[in-house]
Amino acid sequence: MIHVEHLYKSFEGRTVLKDITTTFDTGKTNLIIGQSGSGKTVLLKSLVGLHEADSGSIFYDDVCYSSLNFKEKKAVRQHVGMIFQGGALLDSSTVVENVKLPLDLFTEMSNSEKLDRVHFCLNRVNILDADDLYPSELSGGMIKRVAIARAIVMNPRYLFCDEPNSGLDPKTSVVIDNLIREITEEYNMTTVVNTHDMNSVLEIGEKVLFIYEGQKWWEGTKHDILDSDNRELNDFVFASAMAKRAKRALR
Amino acid sequence: MKFFELIGNYLLLMSKVFSRPEKVKIYRRRIMAEMESIGLNSIGIVAIISVFMGAVITIQMALNLESPFIPKYLIGYATRESVVLEFSSTVVALILAGKVGSSIASEIGTMRITEQIDALEIMGVNSASYLILPKIISSVLFFPFLTILSTIIGVGGGYVVARFTDVMNVDEYLIGIRYSFNTFYITYALVKAAVFAFLITSVSGFYGFYAQGNSLEVGRASTKAVVSSSIAILVFNLILTKLLLT
Repeated sequence: MIHVEHLYKSFEGRTVLKDITTTFDTGKTNLIIGQSGSGKTVLLKSLVGLHEADSGSIFYDDVCYSSLNFKEKKAVRQHVGMIFQGGALLDSSTVVENVKLPLDLFTEMSNSEKLDRVHFCLNRVNILDADDLYPSELSGGMIKRVAIARAIVMNPRYLFCDEPNSGLDPKTSVVIDNLIREITEEYNMTTVVNTHDMNSVLEIGEKVLFIYEGQKWWEGTKHDILDSDNRELNDFVFASAMAKRAKRALR
Repeated sequence: MKFFELIGNYLLLMSKVFSRPEKVKIYRRRIMAEMESIGLNSIGIVAIISVFMGAVITIQMALNLESPFIPKYLIGYATRESVVLEFSSTVVALILAGKVGSSIASEIGTMRITEQIDALEIMGVNSASYLILPKIISSVLFFPFLTILSTIIGVGGGYVVARFTDVMNVDEYLIGIRYSFNTFYITYALVKAAVFAFLITSVSGFYGFYAQGNSLEVGRASTKAVVSSSIAILVFNLILTKLLLT
């Protein structure tokens, strides 16, 4: 479980996050949704510590992450996996080297044990026979799947995904969404997904947090969204033709 | 004021770079890879520059020392001294600041804007040390070798001119390059090469690491890295010369 209390963050005098208080549940796919520029990515990066919050607290289970020192944060981060918008695989490393890197740096496993674990994770995301390929030789969907494999290789307790479907076709997006949901349930992780893709929301949104102009505007499940009378949320949700059709079908 | 802020940020980054690595074995592997990309891949350009540099210095010395009162072998001597003292260390370092410096800044800068550095940080890796330290160590170890290579090839370039043109007699050139040899000059050149290597890689790494925005910014970071490391080389050339030779 990740709990956030009264989180504020500003850049050069411009407040981007205002008084965010929420809880992301364990074993569920928690979504942060909102328009571009609403503060979703800043919230996600503040949660993982890539941005230092101005004030407020972030709790990883019972640990107050925001009050830890650099060394303690580093230790917590070994239980964190993150999938970035563009995959963020190391360009100069092959698929296997990318996934193996956390094991190389933080475990005392033998090389064959590491390779077994790497192949297990790659198989889990359906990446086969791509061991020696470089990121530039992979498709967008494969990059995302390798990024997922890298994120789960250390058996993380917390998984963060920053727009995992950006740049992917709808079919591949569904594959990635399902993969994230399955992995979350399988490993009982606390997963936080940042997205503005309504298909993802309707597919995997067990808990949804809507951010509007840096504030928590609405919170609920994917089912609650369709019945909400929150004007800003409806504006955002029904801007997507897909979602409109889904709502019509459900009603 | 901005200059002091820049120096402060550079020193802070260096303190991160030189903090204890996660696993020495991984760093050792990366140092070997960097030796290839920074060092071995620079041998070609260093060799080309050095042979022409040596040849041109010999021709210019021959033209400037044309006097019945000056023995011809001094042309070889002057060529050797110029190559050892200045050209093989400083001029080659300036060329490498362009080649290696821009490559480091754009590599690390691209990693920054594509969130690869953030990905390393999330894993709990000290990204500054992981990315920059192997480059610094490999260049500090390899650049002195490039300087020695450049010296040999530079003096060889002069030999080619003496041998195949009528600028001077080849025997007198050979006497000249062996005349009054001060071995400390080699130490001086190697110390300079190591210091310049550190400056090129650390300054370029700094500009790449703090690149922000898009590919245009990476280009700008790369240009700043080359300009700043070239200026740093010139300043430290003066300081080291004053300290070591006077």
